[in-house]
Amino acid sequence: MSHPTRYRKYHPKLYRTRMPIFWWVRKWTHIHFITRELTSVFVAFYAIELLFLLRTLTRGQEAYDAFLAWLQTPLALALNTIAFLMIAFHSITWFNLAPKALVIRVGELRIPPVAIAGMNYAGWAVFSAALAWLILSA
Amino acid sequence: MKKSNEPLWWAFFGAGGALSALCLPALLFLLALAMPLGWIETPSFEAASGLVHHPLARLFLFALISLSLLHWGHRFRFTLYDGLQLKHLESLIVVFCYGGAIVGSIFAGFVLWQL
Repeated sequence: MSHPTRYRKYHPKLYRTRMPIFWWVRKWTHIHFITRELTSVFVAFYAIELLFLLRTLTRGQEAYDAFLAWLQTPLALALNTIAFLMIAFHSITWFNLAPKALVIRVGELRIPPVAIAGMNYAGWAVFSAALAWLILSA
Repeated sequence: MKKSNEPLWWAFFGAGGALSALCLPALLFLLALAMPLGWIETPSFEAASGLVHHPLARLFLFALISLSLLHWGHRFRFTLYDGLQLKHLESLIVVFCYGGAIVGSIFAGFVLWQL
């Protein structure tokens, strides 16, 4: 009375096609998506670089000069150029998405998405100008 | 129902995303490109120290650095899940991303306290 159990490999109901690991390189929108997601790596990179620059101020003139000299090396300039492009991409995609996350209504009227994106870009300009003024007047 | 702390991480992600989007392009361009390339004058050690000495400046820098790191932690966690399909390594990724951001924030607090 023994029935050999027979399993059906790849049962139609259970079978799932496996996604290739690099699924996101096939379409432009996917590359855009993954690039946007990877900007966070460069945000963290610059946050840490800034922190190390600040740390030299606790360690004296020599540490400060050495860090500034490192910033002039081709490696640092290349890394920072890539980081700048990626962080600028982060800013642009962030501000363009903001109207979708932020729906403001005044009474019956919804503030148009373009106005919210515009306020974000204006804020970007104000922050950039203020930081530039602080650094250039130091 | 288990209480989720997801909204908290999302709030950090949002705050960090906004603050880094507003401040980092200008800071990076000026301090890491324009200054080393000689397009603008490099502040002296004393001037730079003076600039960041005010408690409000240090508080701002702490917020900027720690929130930027927390923004990375949350976003990179999902980049690893979705981009590389690493859902099965969830706990390791969570510890690496949020843990890294928290350790970095503590280090930032320590450095900025000494300024």
